[in-house]
Amino acid sequence: MPSLADTIEGRRIEAHRPRPRIVVNAAGWSAAANRMAAGEWTLLGLWGAIACVHMAVMGEGAEIAVLTLECADGEYPSVGAVHPPAIRFERAIRDLYGLIPLGLPDTRPWLDLGFWEVTHPLAVQPGAAVAPTPFPFLPSEGGGLHQVPVGPVHAGIIEPGHFRFTANGERIVRLEQRLGYVHKGIEHLMTGASLDKAAQLAGRASGDSTVAYALAFAHAVEAALELTVPPRAILLRALMAELERIANHFGDFGAICNDASFAVMHAQCGILREQTLRTADACFGHRLVMDRIVPGGVARDIATRGLDQVRMLIGEARARFPHLVELYDKTASLQDRTVGTGILHPELARQFGAGGYVGRASGRAFDARKAPGYAPYGWLSFYVSTLEAGDVNARVLIRIREIEQSLAMIEQILHELPHGPVAATFYPEARSGEGLGLVEGFRGDVFAWIAIEAGTVTRCHLRDPSWFQWPLLEAVIEDNIVADFPLCNKSFNCSYSGHDL
Amino acid sequence: MRRILFESLIKRPLTEAAPRADETAIAELAKNVDRAARRRLGRSLSIREVDAGSCNGCELEIHALNNAFYDLERFGLRFVASPRHADVLMVTGPVTKNMREALQRTYDATPDPKWVVAVGDCALNGGIFSGSYAVAGGVATVVPVDLHIRGCPPSPTQLLQGLLALLA
Repeated sequence: MPSLADTIEGRRIEAHRPRPRIVVNAAGWSAAANRMAAGEWTLLGLWGAIACVHMAVMGEGAEIAVLTLECADGEYPSVGAVHPPAIRFERAIRDLYGLIPLGLPDTRPWLDLGFWEVTHPLAVQPGAAVAPTPFPFLPSEGGGLHQVPVGPVHAGIIEPGHFRFTANGERIVRLEQRLGYVHKGIEHLMTGASLDKAAQLAGRASGDSTVAYALAFAHAVEAALELTVPPRAILLRALMAELERIANHFGDFGAICNDASFAVMHAQCGILREQTLRTADACFGHRLVMDRIVPGGVARDIATRGLDQVRMLIGEARARFPHLVELYDKTASLQDRTVGTGILHPELARQFGAGGYVGRASGRAFDARKAPGYAPYGWLSFYVSTLEAGDVNARVLIRIREIEQSLAMIEQILHELPHGPVAATFYPEARSGEGLGLVEGFRGDVFAWIAIEAGTVTRCHLRDPSWFQWPLLEAVIEDNIVADFPLCNKSFNCSYSGHDL
Repeated sequence: MRRILFESLIKRPLTEAAPRADETAIAELAKNVDRAARRRLGRSLSIREVDAGSCNGCELEIHALNNAFYDLERFGLRFVASPRHADVLMVTGPVTKNMREALQRTYDATPDPKWVVAVGDCALNGGIFSGSYAVAGGVATVVPVDLHIRGCPPSPTQLLQGLLALLA
């Protein structure tokens, strides 16, 4: 069977691994957009570079292809014109590179809020600063409407972003997000950086997913430079990734219940989360496991007593967690808030390629660990559960099942862990290539793409799953009451920093 | 639920002994804090957390201060929703240019006397993100800082040590 990349017409860049990147013409670019609009392909990422735009698409069987359109004249046919999930990417590409998407229905800026003292900062010739202008929010018309502006500084200990609600009484008729407040210019800092520095930056794209980002980055580098990772490192990486997943899911489960004022769950889940972070610290010397995954392997082996610590954590979680799940299931006042609230229709989840619990709670079975899949998950036994309801409750239940699956997977990892080296030795100065990585973080699939010349990063793009989830939060909140927004928002738990970069 | 609540009553609390206040933090603070203002505020402080551009790592550890192990409120420290209610601004991140004005306005909205605690290596000087077109720098480039708590991210214990120094 020909691979997806083989079915696309264009010039092949063989330095791109594992499959060649395809330089298409404008017609080929638009044809790809139309195939996504028709539902045949899913958009995986869309990013700019000097005088070109790149697009990653996923076809049947989770096959991935990367397309490139050269646009020396600074213009390209908009994908967002036919496929809405691309709109925010194209707004961001214009802000960063000044490349114009012809036909893009929404021409307002996205990441550039007018404070950078420069325009198109990643272009060859950045432009002069333009004074900030008032941002035109989308209009809502009708009687008795009022607006509730929230943020960028929020009331809790959370990341900054702006939400503009338009409501009729308690009922929300429109939510519009305005993000970009935590844009740090990570892709700019990566350009020209060493692999070590770039790996550290990738691990700080979104602190709650530092393992997932470091892993996606490492996969991209390993594909580009054709590195082989030792088996022990592969399993230790999976241990780190599953610990990160359960820590976040414990935290979210408690926090969602807390947003329905059910504080006892928050307190109990907080204990499990803390125990998970302490276990990670005991094993790898960092509570969030930052900077432990590096291209070629892991930075250090698990501590001598680490495995026992993990076994104790599993025992503790197995003893306590089922009671919390039962409590959730049997508390009618809590279910009253979560069941039927913030429904994401499966069709929207499919169109946007929503990853993680957001997609799986709305019938989209995609999990990057299964397909396209990466080691060691092919060796481990686990299942990916999906639900159709798409409400807050479904997103809670998916998390619960994923915790159970991850606990079982961690046991298998402990059992399978072979002896041996934990990193491949390589000399990046002598190596060049392009590669991609797609890793299942707790929130969804994290995509990384990299181009390396003689050990230096020439371009690296990171795409957070939130890019496809944030717009869906706008959709699900419609017709819900303002007081249910925190619940819906927490059930999505999108990343600001991972999105803004 | 009754079972879980009952267990909480009969089991020993998880909360751990308070760590010793960090010596260097005390030294840094001693220079900056006015003793009279401290007397006026007593030993209770309300904290408003502001993410001015962090990766969210620091927020996760600040959150952990509220869990049963660290139990921040036993020290008279609590997080509040508005800068109007706050004595302390706890600021994380390299300050992004997109957040500079929001941080300044949050600071201006906080009544005097007030302290600013900059949390994390990025908050000190921009950390790994310094040199970007989108980053203004450390917190002190935008608002006056009374105390730095270092770390990437600082652990809850390190955060507690720093905050206890505020009360010492």
